[in-house]
Amino acid sequence: MKTTYPYGAWSGYLGHLILALCLGVIPLSPQKAQAQEPILAPIIDSILPIDLKEVIVISSFNRGIEHKSQPKPLSTLDQYLESSKKVSMVKRGAYAWDPMLNDMTSERLSITIDGMRIFGACTDKMDPITSYVDVSNLSDIHVESGQQGARHGNVIGGALDMRLEKSNFRPLGWTGAVETGYESNNTAQIVGGELNFSNEHFYVDTDLIYRKAENYTAGGGEEVAFSQFEKYNLSTNAGYKVSENQKLLASFIFDEARDVGYPALPMDVSLARAFIGSLSWVQDSFIGDLENWETKLYANTITHIMDDSQRPDVPIRMDMPGWSDTYGFYTQTELILDDHHLIGKLDGYYNRSLAEMTMYPNDPNEQDMFMLTWPDVRTLNSGIYLEDKISLKESSVKLSTRLALQTFNVADDFGLNSLRIFYPDMAQRQTRVLKSVSTHYHRQFKALHLSGGLAYGDRAPSVSEGFGFYLFNSFDNHDYIGNPDLKNEKALEANFKMAWPIKNLDIAVEGNYFHTWDYIIGEVHPELDVMTIGADGVKVYTNLEYANLYNVSLDMVYQLTSELDWSGLVSYHRGTDQNGRNLPFISPVDYRARFTYGDGSFSGSLTLSGALEQNNFSADFGEDRTPAYTLLSLSMGKTFSMGQDRLYAKMGIENIFDTYYSTYADWNNIPRMGRNFFMTLSYAIN
Amino acid sequence: MKTIKSIFALLFLSMGIVSCSDSTDDAMPVSDNPLEAFNLTSSFEANGHVLELYSDQDGYFLGYNEVYVRIKDLSTESYIPDVTIAWNPVMHMTDKTHSCPRSEITATGDATVYKGYIVFQMASNTDEYWELSLEYRIGGTTYNATEQIVVNAPVDGKKTVNVFTGTDDVRYILAMMPFAPEVAVNDFSAVLFKMETMMNFPPVADYTITIDPRMPSMGNHSSPNNEDLVFNPESGSYNGKLSLTMTGYWKINLKLLNGNGDILKGEDITEENEESSLFFELEF
Repeated sequence: MKTTYPYGAWSGYLGHLILALCLGVIPLSPQKAQAQEPILAPIIDSILPIDLKEVIVISSFNRGIEHKSQPKPLSTLDQYLESSKKVSMVKRGAYAWDPMLNDMTSERLSITIDGMRIFGACTDKMDPITSYVDVSNLSDIHVESGQQGARHGNVIGGALDMRLEKSNFRPLGWTGAVETGYESNNTAQIVGGELNFSNEHFYVDTDLIYRKAENYTAGGGEEVAFSQFEKYNLSTNAGYKVSENQKLLASFIFDEARDVGYPALPMDVSLARAFIGSLSWVQDSFIGDLENWETKLYANTITHIMDDSQRPDVPIRMDMPGWSDTYGFYTQTELILDDHHLIGKLDGYYNRSLAEMTMYPNDPNEQDMFMLTWPDVRTLNSGIYLEDKISLKESSVKLSTRLALQTFNVADDFGLNSLRIFYPDMAQRQTRVLKSVSTHYHRQFKALHLSGGLAYGDRAPSVSEGFGFYLFNSFDNHDYIGNPDLKNEKALEANFKMAWPIKNLDIAVEGNYFHTWDYIIGEVHPELDVMTIGADGVKVYTNLEYANLYNVSLDMVYQLTSELDWSGLVSYHRGTDQNGRNLPFISPVDYRARFTYGDGSFSGSLTLSGALEQNNFSADFGEDRTPAYTLLSLSMGKTFSMGQDRLYAKMGIENIFDTYYSTYADWNNIPRMGRNFFMTLSYAIN
Repeated sequence: MKTIKSIFALLFLSMGIVSCSDSTDDAMPVSDNPLEAFNLTSSFEANGHVLELYSDQDGYFLGYNEVYVRIKDLSTESYIPDVTIAWNPVMHMTDKTHSCPRSEITATGDATVYKGYIVFQMASNTDEYWELSLEYRIGGTTYNATEQIVVNAPVDGKKTVNVFTGTDDVRYILAMMPFAPEVAVNDFSAVLFKMETMMNFPPVADYTITIDPRMPSMGNHSSPNNEDLVFNPESGSYNGKLSLTMTGYWKINLKLLNGNGDILKGEDITEENEESSLFFELEF
């Protein structure tokens, strides 16, 4: 007997509900499928082009040829992300940039590794999740805008899912590669290697990468002090086919960065370390007609030690360690029924966030000053996500919804009593119900694709927003106090996209609009006295009545010859609150144009990128007018065959004219890197 | 239906995985000796009795001292209930003698234990010493006993008692009542006396003591939601709330206001004036 179930607002219809679920096998991404390999149940979405999703391909050299489109193969993951069309990066130095999607940062996004929730352990956002993986272990990053990302969690701005690279039972036997890179500007050295074994029943992939960089030099020759970093990353993936239909997968990542400088901040990081592990069970068929059942259990733990021991001149010495542990699961399955493709997913995570600050008085006879800046907040989130893609004649509709329950528990009495200084009646626990619904419609008129969507979603405050205690923000020079009484932030979102191929020219126009009620932001409370020496005031997180954000972009690709194409992208962004006041971190008009050449073994690209002057800045948040800039970069690569093995060499120059510039997203206007020569060598052993 | 059942089973299972438990408070320990938790600070024999004085501190210290008293009958080796006790501490300085503020001695929940407090406004030194005289009445008989005691300067050197002359030309003694400071909103109390004569220190009622806690090491950081100390006729003390945002050294700047709101001592904290002339200190 088949179970039928009414499906949300989808009136009248009863469909098969999908339910059991779990992690999924990360489907082979279509572009990675190579001709000789068996197609392993790829979940290729033939029904609905995933219009609002961008896939940033990373993958390693010997797995395909697509990396040639990336100007700099061994660049940091941050640079890969920045080169994408939708993601921009807040930078506090050369390392651990903080990704932004639709002008929104981590608290409004879901950032996952293979669907695993991970939360940074730094109260000052110095360790975004993207800093705990590296290009060596990723195949691609799926960027989903707005509620299209609700599959991964409760979001406003969207989701970034970084997918680990896996051999996935392809019969490749032993393969390996070594890669090395050098960059002149900050004498960065990169060494990486991978060793994989894969057959039809079993695979194990291992890779290792090490990076070390000194201070970089801005355009014009000024050295940016405290911009060095050193990190290494080790990861292992393994899979075992229990039967033709059942797979057991495991993954483990160890990432450690040491001596990381943050030139835009008053403190550095002596250690940022993550252990990230998961175990998954994947079945092609499940109960009844349900297929692609994936269940994943995961755990990760992060230690982040922020200190100022390297800084010569500080008003007071301090240590600010933080810890974040997350345990979670998800289970998901799919059902294809006539014109419906349904996905159901259950997920949950439990996170513990604790951070402390110890300040050492200049008078050694005085006691240390200690506070909990994150009071051991335990977050428990359990959710259910349902999605239905319906294929109609020349069009398709996607409906999705998420419902989640999120509880916060301030577990540490010291921390709870600290917060009760501000909120005497604050409860130790609180529970919030989070919702998301979205509809998306796509229609094709001959070659013209039109799509649009409407969605509503909300999110709970982040740990800092809800429970932070005197978190210093060096951008606006204010201490921030969390507010446990914040209302959930709710956004109504509209989006559209039009893609129109005309002969060799593809044009796409896309835009979205977010009307966000109870937008969470810090507002000055003049009656409160600063904690940080030299700070200008204290801000408390508050709900604005509403804020409006919109983003539009024009994207073009023109194929000049079969080897040479030109691409161009222009985007415009705007964000204001109910009084027309500018929101912080909203990009000015920015643009990019690139010629890319690729024949069998040679590739090259010439990139022009820049931004106009930032006029709509937020002075309240410490922003000022950022001048316009334009950069030119060049890269060239060549592949050499050496028997069965291949050697790939790539070199290039970034910021050819050594322009001194900083972008709207550079913390405290720190200048970006000046002229930089880079070279990478990859050797693949087959 | 099987599918739905299994989903719910999974859901509950998952909740089990992630839920956590809270620890419960331990029960208070019970003891036979009501003063077991305190330190015996003086014990002296007189009139066939042993007079025992206890404190929660390790001796007598400058400032506010809560003192427990009990009297043992040497003939029966038992503690005597329902005794009426009065006390008088006297400082023998090189050139004069004076007393200090103290409470009455009152009964406690235990009939053989009595309690009160003394505010020592100066410590003993090699040339100057304190004597504590007790006058107690058992049945119809009044007894007297006197013993020299040592009043120590505070180990941490922090100021918890102020002796000063107000703008009204009255000499006042203001002492902080001890408490265990926490990073929290703390209950905060003080006692206020005036010095009428060298031997007479009556309590002062219905004034106000404003507080402004600061951390000099943190650029004179202050804390929010403090409450000034106001007089409570029942306890005879001034009570308010003190917020401490972190551990470390705090200077509690004070102002003393009389019933009309006139400032008798102390100043506001401003950019130019970083401390009041009237203050307490604490460090934790």
